Amino acid sequence: MSENSFSLWVYLSQSPLLWLTVTLSTYAVADTLSLATHRHPLANPVLHSIWIIGAFLLITGTSYNTFFAGAQFVHFLLGPATVALAVPLYDNRKRVVAAIVPMLVSLVAGSITTIVSVVLFAKALGLPHAIILSLAPKSVTAGVAMGISESLHADPSLTAVSVVLTGIMGAIVVTPLMNWAAITDFRARGFAVGIAAHGIGTARAFQVDEVAGVFSGIAMGLNALVTSLLVPLAVTLLLG
Amino acid sequence: MIASLSLILFCQLGGEVIVRGLNLPMPGPVLGLVFLLILLLTRDRFSALRRGPLRNDAVESTARGLLSHLSLLFIPAGVGVVKNLDLVIGHGIAILLTLAASVVVTLFATVATFLAINRLLTKRQVEP
Repeated sequence: MSENSFSLWVYLSQSPLLWLTVTLSTYAVADTLSLATHRHPLANPVLHSIWIIGAFLLITGTSYNTFFAGAQFVHFLLGPATVALAVPLYDNRKRVVAAIVPMLVSLVAGSITTIVSVVLFAKALGLPHAIILSLAPKSVTAGVAMGISESLHADPSLTAVSVVLTGIMGAIVVTPLMNWAAITDFRARGFAVGIAAHGIGTARAFQVDEVAGVFSGIAMGLNALVTSLLVPLAVTLLLG
Repeated sequence: MIASLSLILFCQLGGEVIVRGLNLPMPGPVLGLVFLLILLLTRDRFSALRRGPLRNDAVESTARGLLSHLSLLFIPAGVGVVKNLDLVIGHGIAILLTLAASVVVTLFATVATFLAINRLLTKRQVEP
Protein backbone atom coordinates (compact mmCIF):
# COMPACT_ATOMS: atom_id res chain seq x y z
CA MET A 1 0.00 0.00 0.00
CA SER A 2 1.31 3.45 -0.85
CA GLU A 3 1.64 6.11 1.81
CA ASN A 4 -1.47 7.92 0.58
CA SER A 5 -3.86 5.03 0.41
CA PHE A 6 -2.63 3.87 3.79
CA SER A 7 -3.46 7.20 5.39
CA LEU A 8 -6.83 7.10 3.65
CA TRP A 9 -7.46 3.67 5.22
CA VAL A 10 -6.36 4.91 8.64
CA TYR A 11 -8.77 7.81 8.31
CA LEU A 12 -11.72 5.77 6.99
CA SER A 13 -11.29 2.82 9.33
CA GLN A 14 -11.69 5.18 12.27
CA SER A 15 -14.77 6.92 10.89
CA PRO A 16 -18.35 5.74 11.48
CA LEU A 17 -19.08 6.13 7.75
CA LEU A 18 -17.05 3.10 6.68
CA TRP A 19 -18.54 0.72 9.27
CA LEU A 20 -22.09 1.89 8.73
CA THR A 21 -21.58 1.30 5.00
CA VAL A 22 -20.10 -2.15 5.67
CA THR A 23 -23.04 -3.08 7.93
CA LEU A 24 -25.73 -1.95 5.50
CA SER A 25 -24.13 -3.33 2.35
CA THR A 26 -23.29 -6.71 3.87
CA TYR A 27 -26.88 -7.01 5.05
CA ALA A 28 -28.18 -5.91 1.65
CA VAL A 29 -26.21 -8.73 -0.03
CA ALA A 30 -27.18 -11.32 2.62
CA ASP A 31 -30.84 -10.30 2.38
CA THR A 32 -30.80 -10.49 -1.42
CA LEU A 33 -29.38 -14.02 -1.18
CA SER A 34 -32.02 -14.93 1.39
CA LEU A 35 -34.76 -13.67 -0.93
CA ALA A 36 -33.25 -15.46 -3.92
CA THR A 37 -33.40 -18.76 -2.00
CA HIS A 38 -37.04 -18.04 -1.06
CA ARG A 39 -36.04 -17.36 2.57
CA HIS A 40 -34.28 -20.67 3.01
CA PRO A 41 -33.58 -21.14 6.76
CA LEU A 42 -29.85 -21.62 6.19
CA ALA A 43 -29.63 -18.39 4.19
CA ASN A 44 -30.44 -16.46 7.39
CA PRO A 45 -29.29 -12.86 6.77
CA VAL A 46 -28.30 -12.25 10.42
CA LEU A 47 -26.06 -15.32 10.52
CA HIS A 48 -24.24 -14.57 7.28
CA SER A 49 -23.88 -10.84 7.88
CA ILE A 50 -22.31 -11.31 11.29
CA TRP A 51 -19.71 -13.84 10.28
CA ILE A 52 -18.75 -11.89 7.17
CA ILE A 53 -18.39 -8.63 9.09
CA GLY A 54 -16.73 -10.44 12.01
CA ALA A 55 -14.14 -11.95 9.67
CA PHE A 56 -13.58 -8.59 8.02
CA LEU A 57 -12.92 -6.99 11.41
CA LEU A 58 -10.49 -9.76 12.33
CA ILE A 59 -8.60 -9.50 9.03
CA THR A 60 -8.34 -5.71 9.18
CA GLY A 61 -7.53 -5.77 12.90
CA THR A 62 -10.41 -3.43 13.65
CA SER A 63 -11.68 -3.29 17.21
CA TYR A 64 -15.33 -3.89 17.97
CA ASN A 65 -15.61 -0.40 19.46
CA THR A 66 -14.45 1.20 16.20
CA PHE A 67 -16.95 -0.89 14.24
CA PHE A 68 -19.73 -0.10 16.69
CA ALA A 69 -19.15 3.65 16.34
CA GLY A 70 -20.63 3.24 12.86
CA ALA A 71 -23.01 0.36 13.48
CA GLN A 72 -24.60 2.01 16.51
CA PHE A 73 -26.93 3.95 14.22
CA VAL A 74 -28.44 0.65 13.14
CA HIS A 75 -28.32 -0.79 16.65
CA PHE A 76 -30.19 2.23 17.98
CA LEU A 77 -33.21 1.40 15.80
CA LEU A 78 -33.88 -1.78 17.80
CA GLY A 79 -35.77 0.25 20.41
CA PRO A 80 -38.03 2.11 17.97
CA ALA A 81 -38.57 -1.16 16.06
CA THR A 82 -39.77 -2.80 19.26
CA VAL A 83 -42.26 0.04 19.74
CA ALA A 84 -43.26 -0.34 16.09
CA LEU A 85 -44.39 -3.92 16.80
CA ALA A 86 -47.52 -2.23 18.20
CA VAL A 87 -48.72 -1.70 14.62
CA PRO A 88 -48.92 -5.33 13.41
CA LEU A 89 -50.25 -6.16 16.87
CA TYR A 90 -52.98 -3.53 16.39
CA ASP A 91 -53.77 -4.81 12.88
CA ASN A 92 -54.21 -8.36 14.22
CA ARG A 93 -55.78 -7.46 17.56
CA LYS A 94 -58.90 -9.60 17.08
CA ARG A 95 -56.81 -12.67 16.36
CA VAL A 96 -54.57 -11.95 19.34
CA VAL A 97 -57.43 -11.39 21.80
CA ALA A 98 -59.06 -14.63 20.64
CA ALA A 99 -55.86 -16.55 21.44
CA ILE A 100 -55.12 -14.94 24.79
CA VAL A 101 -55.57 -18.10 26.89
CA PRO A 102 -53.41 -20.44 24.76
CA MET A 103 -50.80 -17.67 24.68
CA LEU A 104 -50.61 -17.18 28.42
CA VAL A 105 -50.50 -20.90 29.20
CA SER A 106 -47.87 -21.65 26.58
CA LEU A 107 -45.89 -18.61 27.70
CA VAL A 108 -45.52 -20.11 31.16
CA ALA A 109 -44.89 -23.62 29.80
CA GLY A 110 -42.33 -22.41 27.27
CA SER A 111 -40.55 -20.10 29.65
CA ILE A 112 -40.15 -22.79 32.30
CA THR A 113 -39.06 -25.33 29.68
CA THR A 114 -36.34 -23.02 28.36
CA ILE A 115 -34.78 -22.34 31.73
CA VAL A 116 -35.09 -25.86 33.11
CA SER A 117 -33.85 -27.47 29.89
CA VAL A 118 -30.82 -25.23 29.57
CA VAL A 119 -29.79 -25.85 33.18
CA LEU A 120 -30.34 -29.61 32.98
CA PHE A 121 -28.61 -30.08 29.60
CA ALA A 122 -25.70 -27.94 30.76
CA LYS A 123 -25.39 -29.96 33.97
CA ALA A 124 -25.56 -33.24 32.05
CA LEU A 125 -22.78 -32.08 29.74
CA GLY A 126 -20.67 -31.17 32.75
CA LEU A 127 -20.49 -27.43 32.25
CA PRO A 128 -19.18 -25.48 35.25
CA HIS A 129 -21.58 -23.66 37.55
CA ALA A 130 -20.50 -20.17 36.45
CA ILE A 131 -21.22 -20.95 32.77
CA ILE A 132 -24.63 -22.46 33.55
CA LEU A 133 -25.63 -19.25 35.34
CA SER A 134 -24.59 -17.21 32.31
CA LEU A 135 -26.56 -19.46 29.92
CA ALA A 136 -29.79 -19.54 31.96
CA PRO A 137 -31.39 -16.30 30.65
CA LYS A 138 -30.40 -16.95 27.00
CA SER A 139 -33.88 -16.93 25.49
CA VAL A 140 -34.72 -13.26 26.03
CA THR A 141 -33.51 -10.09 24.30
CA ALA A 142 -29.85 -9.37 24.99
CA GLY A 143 -30.49 -6.26 27.09
CA VAL A 144 -32.77 -8.04 29.54
CA ALA A 145 -30.70 -11.23 29.56
CA MET A 146 -27.54 -9.33 30.43
CA GLY A 147 -29.37 -7.60 33.27
CA ILE A 148 -30.48 -10.95 34.69
CA SER A 149 -26.98 -12.33 34.27
CA GLU A 150 -25.52 -9.39 36.20
CA SER A 151 -27.97 -9.85 39.04
CA LEU A 152 -26.83 -13.50 39.30
CA HIS A 153 -23.15 -12.41 39.34
CA ALA A 154 -22.64 -14.39 36.11
CA ASP A 155 -20.76 -13.22 33.01
CA PRO A 156 -23.00 -10.83 30.98
CA SER A 157 -20.82 -11.03 27.84
CA LEU A 158 -21.08 -14.83 27.80
CA THR A 159 -24.83 -14.35 28.24
CA ALA A 160 -24.89 -12.00 25.25
CA VAL A 161 -23.04 -14.58 23.14
CA SER A 162 -25.47 -17.31 24.15
CA VAL A 163 -28.45 -15.03 23.46
CA VAL A 164 -27.33 -14.37 19.89
CA LEU A 165 -26.38 -18.01 19.26
CA THR A 166 -29.78 -19.10 20.58
CA GLY A 167 -31.58 -16.58 18.39
CA ILE A 168 -29.78 -17.70 15.27
CA MET A 169 -30.29 -21.40 16.02
CA GLY A 170 -33.98 -20.85 16.71
CA ALA A 171 -34.42 -18.83 13.53
CA ILE A 172 -32.74 -21.58 11.49
CA VAL A 173 -34.48 -24.63 12.96
CA VAL A 174 -38.01 -23.34 13.47
CA THR A 175 -39.32 -23.65 9.91
CA PRO A 176 -37.96 -27.17 9.18
CA LEU A 177 -38.99 -28.45 12.64
CA MET A 178 -42.53 -27.10 12.45
CA ASN A 179 -42.97 -28.30 8.88
CA TRP A 180 -41.68 -31.73 9.90
CA ALA A 181 -44.14 -31.83 12.80
CA ALA A 182 -46.90 -30.77 10.36
CA ILE A 183 -47.87 -27.73 12.45
CA THR A 184 -49.83 -25.34 10.26
CA ASP A 185 -51.10 -22.90 12.89
CA PHE A 186 -48.91 -19.85 12.32
CA ARG A 187 -50.02 -18.32 15.61
CA ALA A 188 -48.52 -21.26 17.50
CA ARG A 189 -45.40 -21.41 15.32
CA GLY A 190 -44.75 -17.70 15.78
CA PHE A 191 -45.41 -17.78 19.49
CA ALA A 192 -43.00 -20.68 19.97
CA VAL A 193 -40.13 -19.01 18.12
CA GLY A 194 -40.69 -15.78 20.05
CA ILE A 195 -40.31 -17.68 23.33
CA ALA A 196 -37.33 -19.74 22.18
CA ALA A 197 -35.43 -17.23 20.06
CA HIS A 198 -36.51 -13.64 20.96
CA GLY A 199 -35.95 -10.90 18.35
CA ILE A 200 -33.88 -12.88 15.86
CA GLY A 201 -36.64 -15.51 15.88
CA THR A 202 -39.23 -12.75 15.47
CA ALA A 203 -37.37 -11.33 12.48
CA ARG A 204 -37.47 -14.82 10.96
CA ALA A 205 -41.17 -15.18 11.76
CA PHE A 206 -41.97 -11.92 9.94
CA GLN A 207 -40.12 -13.27 6.89
CA VAL A 208 -42.34 -16.34 6.83
CA ASP A 209 -45.77 -14.99 7.81
CA GLU A 210 -47.15 -11.76 9.28
CA VAL A 211 -49.38 -13.49 11.81
CA ALA A 212 -46.42 -15.59 12.96
CA GLY A 213 -44.42 -12.38 13.33
CA VAL A 214 -47.09 -10.74 15.47
CA PHE A 215 -47.38 -13.71 17.80
CA SER A 216 -43.62 -14.01 17.99
CA GLY A 217 -43.34 -10.35 18.96
CA ILE A 218 -45.87 -10.77 21.76
CA ALA A 219 -44.13 -13.91 22.99
CA MET A 220 -40.78 -12.14 23.04
CA GLY A 221 -42.15 -9.22 25.06
CA LEU A 222 -43.97 -11.38 27.59
CA ASN A 223 -41.06 -13.79 27.90
CA ALA A 224 -38.71 -10.96 28.86
CA LEU A 225 -41.00 -10.29 31.79
CA VAL A 226 -41.55 -13.89 32.89
CA THR A 227 -37.91 -14.92 32.46
CA SER A 228 -36.59 -12.14 34.68
CA LEU A 229 -38.87 -13.42 37.42
CA LEU A 230 -38.24 -17.14 36.79
CA VAL A 231 -34.48 -17.38 36.25
CA PRO A 232 -33.38 -16.41 39.78
CA LEU A 233 -35.97 -18.82 41.20
CA ALA A 234 -35.07 -21.71 38.87
CA VAL A 235 -31.37 -21.27 39.43
CA THR A 236 -31.81 -21.47 43.20
CA LEU A 237 -33.98 -24.57 42.91
CA LEU A 238 -31.94 -26.44 40.28
CA LEU A 239 -28.42 -25.49 41.24
CA GLY A 240 -28.83 -24.81 44.95
CA MET B 1 -42.63 10.43 8.42
CA ILE B 2 -40.65 12.62 10.85
CA ALA B 3 -43.79 13.19 12.93
CA SER B 4 -44.46 9.43 12.97
CA LEU B 5 -40.89 8.69 13.98
CA SER B 6 -41.15 11.30 16.72
CA LEU B 7 -44.31 9.67 18.02
CA ILE B 8 -42.56 6.28 18.10
CA LEU B 9 -39.57 7.81 19.91
CA PHE B 10 -41.91 9.53 22.37
CA CYS B 11 -43.52 6.20 23.21
CA GLN B 12 -40.09 4.65 23.73
CA LEU B 13 -38.97 7.59 25.85
CA GLY B 14 -42.07 7.32 28.02
CA GLY B 15 -41.43 3.59 28.39
CA GLU B 16 -37.79 4.12 29.38
CA VAL B 17 -38.66 6.81 31.91
CA ILE B 18 -41.27 4.67 33.62
CA VAL B 19 -39.19 1.47 33.55
CA ARG B 20 -36.14 3.24 35.02
CA GLY B 21 -38.21 5.28 37.46
CA LEU B 22 -40.13 2.32 38.88
CA ASN B 23 -37.32 -0.23 38.41
CA LEU B 24 -39.56 -2.56 36.39
CA PRO B 25 -38.06 -5.86 35.17
CA MET B 26 -38.84 -5.18 31.48
CA PRO B 27 -37.22 -3.29 28.60
CA GLY B 28 -38.43 0.29 28.14
CA PRO B 29 -39.30 -0.20 24.45
CA VAL B 30 -41.73 -3.02 25.38
CA LEU B 31 -43.67 -0.55 27.53
CA GLY B 32 -43.37 1.93 24.64
CA LEU B 33 -45.06 -0.70 22.45
CA VAL B 34 -47.95 -0.80 24.93
CA PHE B 35 -48.22 3.01 24.81
CA LEU B 36 -48.35 3.09 21.02
CA LEU B 37 -50.96 0.32 21.00
CA ILE B 38 -53.11 2.25 23.50
CA LEU B 39 -52.75 5.38 21.35
CA LEU B 40 -53.89 3.53 18.23
CA LEU B 41 -56.85 2.00 20.05
CA THR B 42 -58.02 5.27 21.66
CA ARG B 43 -57.69 7.02 18.31
CA ASP B 44 -60.35 4.63 16.97
CA ARG B 45 -62.70 5.77 19.77
CA PHE B 46 -62.05 9.49 19.76
CA SER B 47 -61.87 11.29 16.43
CA ALA B 48 -60.17 14.26 18.15
CA LEU B 49 -57.00 12.18 18.28
CA ARG B 50 -57.07 11.60 14.52
CA ARG B 51 -54.42 14.13 13.59
CA GLY B 52 -50.74 14.31 12.67
CA PRO B 53 -49.06 10.90 12.67
CA LEU B 54 -52.24 9.20 13.91
CA ARG B 55 -54.01 9.97 10.66
CA ASN B 56 -53.92 8.51 7.14
CA ASP B 57 -51.94 5.43 8.15
CA ALA B 58 -48.88 7.64 8.81
CA VAL B 59 -47.43 6.05 11.95
CA GLU B 60 -48.53 2.64 10.67
CA SER B 61 -46.51 2.88 7.47
CA THR B 62 -43.44 4.23 9.29
CA ALA B 63 -43.66 1.33 11.75
CA ARG B 64 -43.98 -1.20 8.93
CA GLY B 65 -40.94 0.37 7.30
CA LEU B 66 -38.92 -0.06 10.49
CA LEU B 67 -40.05 -3.67 10.84
CA SER B 68 -39.47 -4.67 7.23
CA HIS B 69 -35.75 -5.11 7.92
CA LEU B 70 -35.82 -6.27 11.51
CA SER B 71 -32.96 -8.71 10.81
CA LEU B 72 -30.61 -5.84 9.97
CA LEU B 73 -30.99 -4.37 13.44
CA PHE B 74 -29.50 -7.44 15.15
CA ILE B 75 -26.26 -7.35 13.18
CA PRO B 76 -24.26 -4.81 15.28
CA ALA B 77 -24.87 -6.81 18.48
CA GLY B 78 -24.35 -10.07 16.60
CA VAL B 79 -20.91 -9.00 15.39
CA GLY B 80 -20.00 -8.43 19.05
CA VAL B 81 -20.53 -12.15 19.49
CA VAL B 82 -18.03 -13.00 16.77
CA LYS B 83 -15.48 -10.85 18.59
CA ASN B 84 -16.29 -12.62 21.86
CA LEU B 85 -16.29 -16.18 20.56
CA ASP B 86 -13.15 -16.94 22.60
CA LEU B 87 -15.44 -16.88 25.64
CA VAL B 88 -17.13 -20.07 24.48
CA ILE B 89 -14.10 -21.78 22.97
CA GLY B 90 -13.11 -23.64 26.16
CA HIS B 91 -16.48 -25.36 26.40
CA GLY B 92 -17.62 -24.63 22.85
CA ILE B 93 -19.23 -27.92 21.87
CA ALA B 94 -21.00 -28.43 25.20
CA ILE B 95 -22.40 -24.89 25.13
CA LEU B 96 -23.58 -25.20 21.52
CA LEU B 97 -25.22 -28.57 22.25
CA THR B 98 -26.92 -27.20 25.36
CA LEU B 99 -28.29 -24.18 23.51
CA ALA B 100 -29.42 -26.20 20.49
CA ALA B 101 -31.14 -28.87 22.59
CA SER B 102 -32.84 -26.25 24.72
CA VAL B 103 -34.10 -24.36 21.65
CA VAL B 104 -35.63 -27.49 20.11
CA VAL B 105 -37.26 -28.60 23.37
CA THR B 106 -38.64 -25.10 23.99
CA LEU B 107 -40.08 -24.80 20.48
CA PHE B 108 -41.93 -28.10 20.81
CA ALA B 109 -43.10 -27.52 24.39
CA THR B 110 -44.51 -24.09 23.51
CA VAL B 111 -46.15 -25.11 20.26
CA ALA B 112 -47.67 -28.24 21.83
CA THR B 113 -49.09 -26.33 24.81
CA PHE B 114 -50.50 -23.62 22.56
CA LEU B 115 -52.23 -26.13 20.28
CA ALA B 116 -53.51 -28.31 23.14
CA ILE B 117 -55.09 -25.38 25.01
CA ASN B 118 -56.49 -24.02 21.77
CA ARG B 119 -58.09 -27.37 20.95
CA LEU B 120 -59.48 -27.66 24.47
CA LEU B 121 -61.11 -24.24 24.21
CA THR B 122 -62.63 -24.72 20.75
CA LYS B 123 -63.99 -28.14 21.77
CA ARG B 124 -65.70 -26.55 24.76
CA GLN B 125 -67.29 -23.98 22.49
CA VAL B 126 -68.56 -26.60 20.06
CA GLU B 127 -70.21 -28.81 22.71
CA PRO B 128 -71.68 -26.54 25.37
